[in-house]
Amino acid sequence: MSRLFYLGFSMLLVISIVLSGCSSGGDKKVNSNGNSEASNGTNKAQEMTFWTFQGLHIDFFEDANKRWNEANPDRPIKLKLESFPYDDMHNNLLLALQSGVGAPDIVDIEVNRFPNFLQGDIQLEPLNDIIEPEIDSFVKSRFEVYGKDGQYYGAPTHVGASVAFYNKEIFEEAGVSPDDIKTYDDFIEIGKVIKSKTGKPMLPIFTNGFWEFYPMISQKDSDFFNSKGEVTLDNKKNEEVLQYLYDLIYKHDIGVLAPGGHHEDEEFFAFMNDGGAASLIMPSWYASRFVSYMPDLAGKMVIKPMPAWKEGGNRSAGMGGTGTAVTNQAKDVELAKEFLAFAKLSKESNIKIYELLGFDPPRHDVWDSPELREPNEFTAYFGDGLFDMLMGIKDEINPLNITKLTPMTRDLIETNVLHNTLREKTQTPAEALKQAADELRSR
Amino acid sequence: MRQDSNLITKSGNVLKNVVYSPKKSLFYSQRLAPYVFIAPFLVIFFGFYFYPVSYTIIMSFQEILPGQIRFIGFDNYARLFNPTFYKALYNTTLYTFWTIVILIPLPLIMAIILNTKKMKAKTFFRACIFIPSLTSTIVAGVIFRLMFAETETAFANSFLSFFGFDSVNWKQNGATLMFLMVGLASWRWMGVNMIYFLTGLQNIPKEMYEAAEIDGANAFNKFRHITIPFLKPVTVYVLTITLFAGYKMFEEAYVFWEINSPGNIGLTLVGYLYKEAFQYNQLGFGSAIGVTLLVIVAILGFIQLKLTGFSSNGGK
Repeated sequence: MSRLFYLGFSMLLVISIVLSGCSSGGDKKVNSNGNSEASNGTNKAQEMTFWTFQGLHIDFFEDANKRWNEANPDRPIKLKLESFPYDDMHNNLLLALQSGVGAPDIVDIEVNRFPNFLQGDIQLEPLNDIIEPEIDSFVKSRFEVYGKDGQYYGAPTHVGASVAFYNKEIFEEAGVSPDDIKTYDDFIEIGKVIKSKTGKPMLPIFTNGFWEFYPMISQKDSDFFNSKGEVTLDNKKNEEVLQYLYDLIYKHDIGVLAPGGHHEDEEFFAFMNDGGAASLIMPSWYASRFVSYMPDLAGKMVIKPMPAWKEGGNRSAGMGGTGTAVTNQAKDVELAKEFLAFAKLSKESNIKIYELLGFDPPRHDVWDSPELREPNEFTAYFGDGLFDMLMGIKDEINPLNITKLTPMTRDLIETNVLHNTLREKTQTPAEALKQAADELRSR
Repeated sequence: MRQDSNLITKSGNVLKNVVYSPKKSLFYSQRLAPYVFIAPFLVIFFGFYFYPVSYTIIMSFQEILPGQIRFIGFDNYARLFNPTFYKALYNTTLYTFWTIVILIPLPLIMAIILNTKKMKAKTFFRACIFIPSLTSTIVAGVIFRLMFAETETAFANSFLSFFGFDSVNWKQNGATLMFLMVGLASWRWMGVNMIYFLTGLQNIPKEMYEAAEIDGANAFNKFRHITIPFLKPVTVYVLTITLFAGYKMFEEAYVFWEINSPGNIGLTLVGYLYKEAFQYNQLGFGSAIGVTLLVIVAILGFIQLKLTGFSSNGGK
């Protein structure tokens, strides 16, 4: 019998290896510092899982969980916080919702992926009953990007106002001031002065990232789609913006193709950190990249509103974002929604968004509060008055039209449009935009 | 199965009741044993290969959204005829071609050099060539990416400028990106293929070479008429795995550009599948790409085995 025992035992080992292989591969990984045990010793704490693709949000929700348990000792929540890489998280979530098992209770979804989750029978819970009472205090357009057919499915994290970053050291060397730039025409004139005095280019232009092109067309009241969701990528205004970027490089000689081509590339960080260019146009969340990856520029950069296309025009655009949603697999949907309202929609939580994440909170009635004037690592890097500048441009932000083709539009711009027109020069702006728009229309 | 239940010992005593219990005889059953031994394979095959493959084929005829799955006939396949798919197919085929061109002759030559008696420190060199295959493609790829960065101070560009050449935007250009991808794959797989060839070389009987020497054959003739024919089974094997590895390539492209590369110069078939299925939530279309890839690889594999004469005469 002992042989039978050994055979059975070894089979068991093999099976357990195979099975454990599956579970560690396909299942979730717990972020080492994200394993929060914030319950207050109450044993009835409702367990909830939260997924995010941005490690910083773990700290934010950990803090919210702690505050919730203090405020609601009768209904404690034990939040399990897990962070994954961007692609992994969205792909895992898609499959979990498709197959009906394994999804978290609460999840962060990035705005460019959000449309993927609004197709078929929507597997996210509508949040209208927690959003509608508060919506008047918010920048409303930030909810619309996470909504469909009058239902809201995501709670926003920030306004994502786009701004201009200027290297004041280079400006001083050339004897000019960032405050003299009001319009994009001024931008060219000042850029020429800087180029002739210091030899440095004014603006690095990304050919694999769309965070310059997108805000700039939004400033012009244009978009990739109109409000009905029809493709307008190849309209006249977008063509003009692309032509403007082209002219900066090849006509005015003050733009330069960004090394690496993408705003998260090591080459670009190194180039910018060495004072390679005098300015940068990006959404305000890019400030955290400066702080983390370009330490040599600390104290040298200032953040200003973007130049406008014409005097009095919009000086910003709302870009990027993360919508926090409740899935229909949540163990207690009502509790999850209440917690989400507490964590992202309340006044207190919006102050925390600035304190912990450095973002411009989407709730505008907190923008005057003194907590948002206190120094933090961003004011240490970029100087004081940061938040007042962001407040000054809050009314100059157009809403975006997000459709199910948004993920593909972004890819087409980042692979073909910018590359072919600006780097390879194989297509004119009109041709490249037309080709991309036609491909979108054929889907 | 024993016919009688009694055993007769040498001395003639009959031992009663030496009966194999049904359980035990089942355990020692020779008819059952083979099935027990292949059971783990069958379980894995049906669970992890057959089921997913057949389900993928079904899914390739469906439009799949949460709660709304419907059959749409050949629509997913009709959508394959687009420039992006052609680009992915072109990139993948070119990549496979180059890996075959490099990863068969070079490891063969290295194996022969490392197999000669005159070579010193053989084990050291074998280890050196083999070690890259133990690293992960992603880790090695990140180092490659930094070495071939655009800046003039990066390793590759400072090397070029030392010889007076201009610096190159390695990742931005189709040809140089292909060079990087093939280079990364070659660097990693050289050692593995060399080990295959070394094993093959060590199986060639020494007498063959001695006989040839007596007949006055020179080194080239020995290589041409003994080494090459004896290595044919190994070569065909290496060719097959290189072909398959080339068509399912994903990581080598992913590490340089992830999915979106300028002008899609780094897009492979598997990358395209990944992009459509997971980034655009088109699981049905992704399945159609997967099935097409399977068909392409099956046809190429069949042609290749036919040409090398493996399907008809069992490998010789």
